[in-house]
Amino acid sequence: MENYNLNYLKDLESESIFVIREVAAQFDRPGLLFSGGKDSIILTHLAMKAFHPAKIPFPLIHIDTGHNFPETLVYRDNLINKLGVKLIVGYVQESIDKGRVKEETGYNASRNMLQTVTLLDTLDEYKIEAAMGGARRDEEKARAKERFFSHRDEFGQWDPKNQRPELWNLFNGKKNPGEHFRVFPISNWTEMDVWNYIYMEKIEMPVLYFTHKRECIRRNGTILAHSEYLNLRESEKPEILQVRFRTIGDMTCTGAVISEANSLEDIIKEVSVSRQTERGTRADDKRSDTAMEDRKKEGYF
Amino acid sequence: MINFKNNELLRFTTAGSVDDGKSTLIGRLLYDSKSIFEDQLEAVKKSSEYKGLDYVDLSLLTDGLKAEREQSITIDVAYRYFSTPKRKFIIADTPGHIQYTRNMVTGASTANLAVILVDARHGVVEQTCRHSLIASLLKINHIVLCINKMDLVNYDKEVYEKIVSDFKSFASKLEVKDINFIPISALLGDNVVDRSENMEWYEGSTLLYLLENVHIASDNNHIDCRFPVQYVIRPQSDLNHDYRGYAGRIAGGIFKPGDEVMVLPSGFSSKIKSIDTYDGPVEEAFAPMSVTITLEDDLDISRGDMLVRPHNQPEVSQDVEVIMCWLNNNPLNPSSKYILSHTSKDVKAIIKEINYKIDINTLHRIEDDKNIRMNDIARMKLRTTQPLFYDSYGRNRNTGSLILIDEATKVTVAAGMII
Repeated sequence: MENYNLNYLKDLESESIFVIREVAAQFDRPGLLFSGGKDSIILTHLAMKAFHPAKIPFPLIHIDTGHNFPETLVYRDNLINKLGVKLIVGYVQESIDKGRVKEETGYNASRNMLQTVTLLDTLDEYKIEAAMGGARRDEEKARAKERFFSHRDEFGQWDPKNQRPELWNLFNGKKNPGEHFRVFPISNWTEMDVWNYIYMEKIEMPVLYFTHKRECIRRNGTILAHSEYLNLRESEKPEILQVRFRTIGDMTCTGAVISEANSLEDIIKEVSVSRQTERGTRADDKRSDTAMEDRKKEGYF
Repeated sequence: MINFKNNELLRFTTAGSVDDGKSTLIGRLLYDSKSIFEDQLEAVKKSSEYKGLDYVDLSLLTDGLKAEREQSITIDVAYRYFSTPKRKFIIADTPGHIQYTRNMVTGASTANLAVILVDARHGVVEQTCRHSLIASLLKINHIVLCINKMDLVNYDKEVYEKIVSDFKSFASKLEVKDINFIPISALLGDNVVDRSENMEWYEGSTLLYLLENVHIASDNNHIDCRFPVQYVIRPQSDLNHDYRGYAGRIAGGIFKPGDEVMVLPSGFSSKIKSIDTYDGPVEEAFAPMSVTITLEDDLDISRGDMLVRPHNQPEVSQDVEVIMCWLNNNPLNPSSKYILSHTSKDVKAIIKEINYKIDINTLHRIEDDKNIRMNDIARMKLRTTQPLFYDSYGRNRNTGSLILIDEATKVTVAAGMII
């Protein structure tokens, strides 16, 4: 008898494509949250596969903290061109200018927390009913209990104790006016799965993921890229290091790792022996033990 | 170096009562298979020290939400991941208490296998029976009964054998094809990943070996061709002006180009022109592949329709009988209309008759109380506004499962398995 079994990456791919198509079928106004990080890159890649030979039938949404790696914006714009999809950008700077949020001050100032307001305002402005994101359940303990279709109330908030049951592959995207959904098609992927998939699919990645020389600051055990957005303490001196990034987000809170990895094979080798989680480099998670859970309840990614 | 070509995915669920050591077992699997990172372990060590423990409490690895840690219990299904060179594993970790029956049903709905824990000191208890019954109802083909805390009964063979025989006599009432028994100590690691040196008398495999090798290839239905149309792809670009593809995930059977297919509900027939994916057309498609099917003829087909083979059709009816698990705080209202979701189709449904409730601990029928509350499991008849195209749940999970949604709150209130 022939082997009617999928290898696990194809199995995960098929599940994700199913979820993405379900979003397009159930909602009039979906969108895909694109950060320029690897998870949103493969999510976009899966969306492209899901609707082939048609274009992706919804816009990509980028919440721009203003503190981007320039490399991320170059990559984003090339991708949008290639796919021929619409891009919506929500600017944190606008939220600040409008007085919707107040810029943090001090050495650890970051716009990470402010993003939530810009995100919710953007979803509201474009009447997005379902915002897909690249969050994975293996990333963080508050994400381990997240649904594929995650319901948000009219304030955009997540109620972890009162989530809708999700059974088989029957996804309930029904909602009352004012409510919306966050949908996480790659919930079941791990960091290793993502890299193996990128390798299998030969997906082009931003240069930030590969080793390069960069001016950095060491702070609280994290290596941060030096930039004009960072407030330096007197003791902190920028130094040139050979680094790469394991996750990509806002410049002020995305940590780098010392690495010589300059190919996908090298990265996979590195990730497979790594003894630190990828979010171990994220200053935004270190604020408290429940930093992610608290932000998610408010409406964070 | 990169070995993913032949790796399969195994989804399993874990159940046990409050102190059976379930979290410890999962922590042990993650730890011994080296799926734990240093920073996670460091955090757990610190918490263990803080609590004054003289060992590293691996159960803390699976601690989830703040509310749960405050009460030291698991409220919701949590998903965990680990992999070995042979397989990738997804664990649906479900709380065991009776009030969380709905969570166990949720976790079991996507699982190939159930790991059920028993405390060697207490043997088969009410909860063991309930967990096994749910696994059986949800048609999980493989059950592994882990007799845990063997270290606390001096690794005694007789204790193990008594539990095995007790469980076997109960399990004869269940419809589970494959039941395995393993004596373990999750705390000390006996027979979880590594063979125990304390139980020479046990000749079976370790838990991890079993998880890596259990045969799951035949868990999907590859006989009855079922393709629920999920989404219609119409590029309307110059290049693909006339392209009309039906996107969806194969729910059963094997589809090939050239196959004659029938469309439900219209009954029209056509032939498969191509089965497309982004990576190019494929020669055959089977569950659980997501593909796009094009047909030779231009038919009016939309989401909710189903492609089948003319000589192997599903049931087509507005009346279905189901085993229903009630998931919501608000009890079933027999005079209410509900939205029913089945494959890619939504219809309205009413409850025509409640036959009986099932005592989840003994399998007995309860016929004098027909009030259906949260966590109740009952057999009932439904009538829908439009026909459903279905198979029995036992034959095909994808075409035999449904959910009910409350019209006002839009919340999923029940999960049903078609008889």
